[in-house]
Amino acid sequence: MDHHLILRVVTRLLVAPILLFGLYVQFHGDFGPGGGFQAGVIFAVALILYGIVFGLSRLRSIFPDRWVMRLLAFGLLLYAGVGVVSLIQGGNYLDYNVLLPSAKAGQHYGIIVIELGVGITVFGVMMAIYYGFAGRPPSIEDTDW
Amino acid sequence: MTDLAVTLLLFFALVSTAIAIALLRSLFAVVMLSGVFSLLAALLFIAMDAVDVAFTEAAVGAGISSVLMLGTIALTARHEMKPKRWSATPLIIVGIIGAFLIYGTLDMPAFGDPNAPVQTYLNPDFIARTPKEIDVPNIVTAVLASYRGFDTMGEVAVVFVAGLGVTMLIGGSGGFLRRRYRETVLSRKDGQA
Repeated sequence: MDHHLILRVVTRLLVAPILLFGLYVQFHGDFGPGGGFQAGVIFAVALILYGIVFGLSRLRSIFPDRWVMRLLAFGLLLYAGVGVVSLIQGGNYLDYNVLLPSAKAGQHYGIIVIELGVGITVFGVMMAIYYGFAGRPPSIEDTDW
Repeated sequence: MTDLAVTLLLFFALVSTAIAIALLRSLFAVVMLSGVFSLLAALLFIAMDAVDVAFTEAAVGAGISSVLMLGTIALTARHEMKPKRWSATPLIIVGIIGAFLIYGTLDMPAFGDPNAPVQTYLNPDFIARTPKEIDVPNIVTAVLASYRGFDTMGEVAVVFVAGLGVTMLIGGSGGFLRRRYRETVLSRKDGQA
């Protein structure tokens, strides 16, 4: 999409605020609507928008394929890891009360960490699916629409 | 009164979009309209005070789904084929199922009914316990991440497996299977040539 000047300029302006909004949704999930699921999607949307406008190869150079599968697994492991930590601390699996001396603080930290795990996995999955579809041979030409 | 007007307007727009999607043959327009459909549905959820659901609908339905559909169109066809002859059977089947669904909603409690089972069974308990035990303002997050943390982990595992499945089926470029394919099958072909 080299000749779409407006799209390129608007995308440049939009990508950073979308990423920031994704982070806001991720870490503000306890207080307002949102959480890991939505944040992961929003974060992926910013990169996918970049990929659509500036080309898949440029996106791949910023966010290489090998990172996708690592993030995918890392998010789920982070989530499951919180459960293991709470087991080690002497509680039930995924019982956040025992993570910190104060039960409420433990709940807060537990929720933030597992939401982060959710966000990372969802982000990874969205990127994996996008790369899967967009990376196949027939690339989209402007005249095709 | 305004509530009712807004809801009716949104429903009217939703139904018009759905009819337009059914009638159009250009798949690009259909994908764009399904994005519009998701946005309208999200607005409807906001009108019903379900902000978390609306958020997800807007992000997943209007955002990611449209992109994936566009990707699929790029790999397949741009236009839906015209059916060879017009048949009334699908319309009748859809009409009957729709009638059954509407009949089913007659038994459901009215929207926002305080005596509905969903409001009397577990919700009061969550609302009473969350400030004392978890102390986060968004009770949806408290239920999702803490009281039902195990379920949410299952959901994340499902999302994880979905991502794995897609990658294994249509694969990224640097994947293990793709590399093995390149090494074995393609090198064999080169050898023959």
